[in-house]
Amino acid sequence: MRFGVLVFPGSNCDHDCYHVLKHTFGRSVDFVWHKENSLKGYDAVIIPGGFSYGDYLRTGAIAKFSPIMKAVEQFAGEGGYVLGICNGFQILLEAGLLPGAMLRNRTLKFICKEVFIRVENNHTPFTNRCKPHQILRLPVAHADGNYYAEPSTCQILESHRQIIFRYCDSQGRTTEEANPNGSVLSIAGICNERGNVLGMMPHPERGAETLLGNTDGRLIFESLLSSLEVETR
Amino acid sequence: MKENSITLKEVLQHGLTQDEYERLKNLLGREPNRLELGMFSVMWSEHCSYKSSKVHLRKFPTEGECVIQGPGENAGVVDIGDGLVAVFKMESHNHPSFIEPYQGAATGVGGILRDIFTMGARPVALLNSLRFGPLSISKNRYLFEGVVAGIAGYGNCVGVPTVGGEIYFHEIYNSNPIVNVFCLGIARKDQITKGVARGVGNAVIYIGSKTGRDGIHGATMASESFGAESESRRPAVQVGDPYTEKLLLEACLEMMKLHLIEGIQDMGAAGLTSSSVEMAGRAGTGIELDLNSIPLREEGMDPYEIMLSESQERMLLVSKPGQEDQIMKICRKWDLEGVIVGRVTDDRLFRIKLHGKEVASVPVRLLTEEAPVYERPFAIPGYLDAIQALNLDLIPEPKDYNQVLLELLSSPTLANKEWVYQQYDHMVRTNTVLLPGSDAAVTRIKESQKALALTVDGNSLYSLLNPYQGGAIAVCEAARNLVCSGARPLALTDCLNFANPEKPDVMWQFALTVEGIADACRHLRIPVVSGNVSFYNETSDIGIYPTPVIGMVGLIQDTNRVTSSWFKNEGDLIVLIGEFKEELGGSEYLRVIQGREGGFPPSLNLAQETAVQTSCLKAMEAGIIKAAHDCSEGGMAVALAEACIASPYEKIQGAKIELNTDFTRKDALLFGESQSRIIVSIRPDRLSGLQRITYSLQVPTTVIGQVGGERLTIALKGQKVIDIPIQDLKQVWRGAIRDQMNGKAHV
Repeated sequence: MRFGVLVFPGSNCDHDCYHVLKHTFGRSVDFVWHKENSLKGYDAVIIPGGFSYGDYLRTGAIAKFSPIMKAVEQFAGEGGYVLGICNGFQILLEAGLLPGAMLRNRTLKFICKEVFIRVENNHTPFTNRCKPHQILRLPVAHADGNYYAEPSTCQILESHRQIIFRYCDSQGRTTEEANPNGSVLSIAGICNERGNVLGMMPHPERGAETLLGNTDGRLIFESLLSSLEVETR
Repeated sequence: MKENSITLKEVLQHGLTQDEYERLKNLLGREPNRLELGMFSVMWSEHCSYKSSKVHLRKFPTEGECVIQGPGENAGVVDIGDGLVAVFKMESHNHPSFIEPYQGAATGVGGILRDIFTMGARPVALLNSLRFGPLSISKNRYLFEGVVAGIAGYGNCVGVPTVGGEIYFHEIYNSNPIVNVFCLGIARKDQITKGVARGVGNAVIYIGSKTGRDGIHGATMASESFGAESESRRPAVQVGDPYTEKLLLEACLEMMKLHLIEGIQDMGAAGLTSSSVEMAGRAGTGIELDLNSIPLREEGMDPYEIMLSESQERMLLVSKPGQEDQIMKICRKWDLEGVIVGRVTDDRLFRIKLHGKEVASVPVRLLTEEAPVYERPFAIPGYLDAIQALNLDLIPEPKDYNQVLLELLSSPTLANKEWVYQQYDHMVRTNTVLLPGSDAAVTRIKESQKALALTVDGNSLYSLLNPYQGGAIAVCEAARNLVCSGARPLALTDCLNFANPEKPDVMWQFALTVEGIADACRHLRIPVVSGNVSFYNETSDIGIYPTPVIGMVGLIQDTNRVTSSWFKNEGDLIVLIGEFKEELGGSEYLRVIQGREGGFPPSLNLAQETAVQTSCLKAMEAGIIKAAHDCSEGGMAVALAEACIASPYEKIQGAKIELNTDFTRKDALLFGESQSRIIVSIRPDRLSGLQRITYSLQVPTTVIGQVGGERLTIALKGQKVIDIPIQDLKQVWRGAIRDQMNGKAHV
């Protein structure tokens, strides 16, 4: 089982994702430079957080033109697992692999803090180790995490159960106060219709070690690992 | 074409005095041309030459067993074992931040990051120390908002976490905000790279952003006082591009890993000029530059502008022989411009060519070592007696201590800084073991079991009232903060922010501050490994209070020993390590509640301080301490409240405190800021273990209460003086800055 962590100029969380996969979970993992054009040999691909191309113009808007993104499209088309975290989510939106767009946070400020999210669908390759409606505590760190999609798109997302995480309070209530950035329907993460591409704003790689005071993010990686294990069996 | 002679007016416009210009001509043996005059003016500026501070800074102890590189390089380096080193430094960006807060602060972060990665270290954490005028004034809110956004915008994009800092608000900073930024990096010992132009014939390579007309004479601006027209100096402020910085960082570290570089330096203050001559100066070589090859942002730039530009995100490096192609390849990988712009020479001259013709030629030494050094006169200020006088008999004790505590917790200096640090990505790189809000920030080292603790500290009111004491306390308190997080202090960097050094009052403040710092360093055995001086923090003749800021790094051998400041479990005993005293001079309580600024700052006994810190560390190593919090601004009552509510997690703890010591004034006992005191919490059965340690070091300890419940209650000799639900404390403490920034009045 082999993981690829994409590296764009400006990726910042590439080392963090690599560290978790390699040292917390003991898996094989490579950095994949954005000028590569193949993802052959990988079982899952992580698009990490950061400021690809400085987030100049618009988050993820330039990264989508990198050669590797054609390979990601193909990889996803063949059913490969793609996890986009934060800037990775923004890139997936810009690349059209997920529907919708990101706006500036409602506060117009960068927000870094721990939030609660509720697992809305635990029948995905990324959440199968979560309990139904399980509440996870995970950090967010972004200036553009205010997810928006048109009502018709939201309806489709809802009916296909593509909304995977919603911001909530510690009791699981999706209140306005618990929504850190103003995302429509409190959306914190969505997947594609087929379920093999997930984008999420919170950082599971920052919540995978006891020393850091947070282990809820492990569930995302454990889910992905178990999905891959089932497949390879 | 021959230039006209240089006039006195031009000399003065360049920030040089007439005497300095005469000295320049004598040393050079001729009149300089305008380009050369420009280069001398920046290299001899206070900012680059330390001409007023040098004689004093020599008093700092700079050696210790862990020190690998002391002052004089781009940053200090200390050994942390396992073949690793910690590299750190602090710098000021006060002047530009006042003129253009976002870019001023952002480029400050950019500059300090480059100082760290030029040494071969990957930056792992940023801190900042900020001072503003009160938030009730809209200009201050604008400056505060802009500076915080600038630090966030830059650090977040580069992907280096900003893990902590300190902020004070005081009227004296209305027209002179202080923005000091600190960066810590980690390197493999064998990858330390220095700012040296070694190897005659080696290529000098320019990488990074193109050179533009921005920031010309930034260093000179930072060496002058401001007047009413200062905002018209915006063009002297640079504009930051954090994305290019990130590319530079990765490219440089890649080159260093492959050992391609002989020496490297950031083109910071004074740009191409300072990076060239400082590298040549350290190596005892010369440098020849070809200006036609410098990448320019705009057409028509003349040599003067090119050599003095302070455009950001540029590095000058000296290639190892034959490694030029490898270096260029890495530049291309990271979409960076890389150009050979000159050679290292053996003539010890700095020579600049344009179209094959020499346009400047100056012995390197004249620009660096031969810069003027001043022993500026100093004198005890006339104001001193008046501000040190404090008659407590004239100050009535408050009736409602609950109200006093709430008011203190909601004063912006003491209030929670969540509004600030939530704008900083403080978790990226997944090393932040302690989230902001504890006494020190702690970042683990992934390659080992160890962690580093880091903090910045300085109280300018203490420094005003007694500069020696202020400097010494800043060192002790920084060390105490590290100890409270479980770390043994290793070394420090400093940022000394002062007003105009040509005034004897100010020079007196400076000289005494340095002595205070030096004495405390010697006692605590903490060397100074890098630092920065910022003078001329003065606008329209009003100077800042002396504002020394200490940045300190400590080592935690085992991440399991990391200790935070907040109370953990119901039933734990709360113990004061140190003495009860009643000192109100220079306290936040006097300033905020009584509207008085004066008296003597708290006393300090360096032997006692050392003993308190040692005993606390020993108890931590024995696994006795569950929480440790330094008593500082706001005194014991505020420290206790913070220990109750500072946890970043949902569950917070109350405390029941009973003080049975004799006292004369309740306010002095509760809010006095006596030094050398740490509040700890322990499991009840560990008390005798703690006492064995503290008694052996002759440090008094007193059990003062117990953790638990939903309230903080403090009783003095059986009489309850404070009794507040901890949720109320938390609410005012957390909301104060946010409310003020949103234009809501505070309590």
